[in-house]
Amino acid sequence: MTPTVPLREESMAKPVSTAAGRVWHLLSGLSTSGQVGLALVVLWLVLGAAGPLLAPYDVGAFVSPEVFDGMSARHWLGSDYLGRDVLSRLLSGAQYTVGLALASALLASATGAGLALTATVSPRWVDEVISRFMDTLISIPSKVFALVLVAAFGSSLALLLLIAAATYTPGAFRIARALATNLNQMDYVQVAYARGEGRLYIATAEIMPNMIHPVLADFGLRFVFIVLLLSGLSFLGLGVQPPNADLGSLVRENISGLGDGALAILAPAVAIATLTIGVNLLIDALPGRGRRITGGR
Amino acid sequence: MAHGTPRNHGGIAAAGRLILRRLGSALLTLLLVSLVVFTISALLPGDAAEETLGQSATPEAVAALRHQMGLDQPAHLRYAHWLGGMIKGDPGQSLVANMPVGQVIAGRLPNSLTLAGLTAAVAIPLALAIGILSALYRDTGLDRALNLMTLGMVAVPEFLVATIAVLVFSVTLRWLPSITVVREGMGWAEMLRGYAMPVMTLACVTVAQMARMTRAAIIDQLNRPYVEMALLKGLSPARVVLVHVLPNAVAPIVNAMALSLSYLLGGAVIVETIFNYPGIASLMVNAVTSRDMPLLQACAMIFCVAYLLLMLAADVCAILANPRLRGQ
Repeated sequence: MTPTVPLREESMAKPVSTAAGRVWHLLSGLSTSGQVGLALVVLWLVLGAAGPLLAPYDVGAFVSPEVFDGMSARHWLGSDYLGRDVLSRLLSGAQYTVGLALASALLASATGAGLALTATVSPRWVDEVISRFMDTLISIPSKVFALVLVAAFGSSLALLLLIAAATYTPGAFRIARALATNLNQMDYVQVAYARGEGRLYIATAEIMPNMIHPVLADFGLRFVFIVLLLSGLSFLGLGVQPPNADLGSLVRENISGLGDGALAILAPAVAIATLTIGVNLLIDALPGRGRRITGGR
Repeated sequence: MAHGTPRNHGGIAAAGRLILRRLGSALLTLLLVSLVVFTISALLPGDAAEETLGQSATPEAVAALRHQMGLDQPAHLRYAHWLGGMIKGDPGQSLVANMPVGQVIAGRLPNSLTLAGLTAAVAIPLALAIGILSALYRDTGLDRALNLMTLGMVAVPEFLVATIAVLVFSVTLRWLPSITVVREGMGWAEMLRGYAMPVMTLACVTVAQMARMTRAAIIDQLNRPYVEMALLKGLSPARVVLVHVLPNAVAPIVNAMALSLSYLLGGAVIVETIFNYPGIASLMVNAVTSRDMPLLQACAMIFCVAYLLLMLAADVCAILANPRLRGQ
């Protein structure tokens, strides 16, 4: 049996004209947990974009005589193992975590969806080759795959971006291919074939617009997995390298403060959790297919 | 198919053929995986000979060692040699530990299996209970609370769970040691104390994952017409779920278990490192930092074999549990 993928009917049922109107309609219908998720996501996107501008101190500056200081009016989140301001470092780290993960997730989802569309409208042997290759990659646990790639190529920022994208492309491909194959069987696509439309037209104009919503929900999940993967790698000392630091590196470098329960180690860890939980809550609250594919890393 | 033979017998034969076909496909995937792992690690800019001798070595010495290690052969011969060694259980020499990779791994593998086994023993019953409970009380306050809890736990990084656990149980309460020491002849109490936190951390993410998939599998069945029929007959909801729905949901639930246990493989990478646990995953992280390629390749292949075995187990259970699948 092939799994059937439910399509979204509500966009037909409720005619809302403009794109902005549709987005507003979607957001106003969110449950409370969905609104909390949305707020967290927006908060982190803003902090990720504007972080360094908001930072009260320079990222690398030694500003406190005390190491692992607690909360104070001068240092809202205390100081780290070298007496640097935790809040400033957190804001700068958020830039790396959010930025890298967004770029990787975009690349993974776009590559996955592109390959899936290619596989769907191409001759059978092309589909076989691409699918077999992706099935092979998906059989390597993602953290293990990423570790092998890091060992082989190193971990500069650009390489980390590519490695994270490569790690999660097979999963994105699998979801997008299931969607595209189903749509490919629909009458209106078959009619387009019969009209003699080109493969490129069918893939981009007939199939793609109708799979964009589930693919976007999947993109959100890829983002969560990539945030967890990159901060995990940084936590192991294999991700973002000093002097740059993402949220995972911040947890690692302050690990000696664990015995004192230092804010410097808890704050970045909690920051990652609020970001990933926020995205998950938002996707879970979206109508339709989002709920089904939540989870799985 | 299988005309003339008794139906049951034919079913078993068909199921056997199907399982053999899955086994063959898993072996083919494993072969392709080994090709991918080998190709990526052979793309290294430097090679093992240079790594071993260091930068000050003369080109002649490097060339001699390269010849001795077989690195001057073409790639496909090296792959065949490597694969042959892997199958015979001799994946080469660890560059850093300076002993056979097989020996290094043999010392670590039982530890990782113990950790995985203990985690599964804790996680599976807990996940089943949460999953069935939230499916039974779906769309009530209890379900929503459990949903929020598992949704949050799925998204939390392992190192946050681990740090909080260390903070609470080692630093504040002083109940448990913050690193796990494994040695011969440990008493039960000592073992329990040592394993408590790694197992707890690993189980957290796994339970959340498994419980969500169990809930989805059961609710998928609850929407079927036969459940409506049973309810219309006047059966109690508990009886419908336990007697009618559960047997039908076994295959998807086992599938969910296998998938979630495979996430445990990735989680182990972080957890073993944090608690300084001498397992395969922390060995692999060490192999990455020291660029010990033979060791890394062997560890990666062990993880892939474990993953494929779990997927195979899930497929076989699905075939055995579903009479309709046997006929395909």
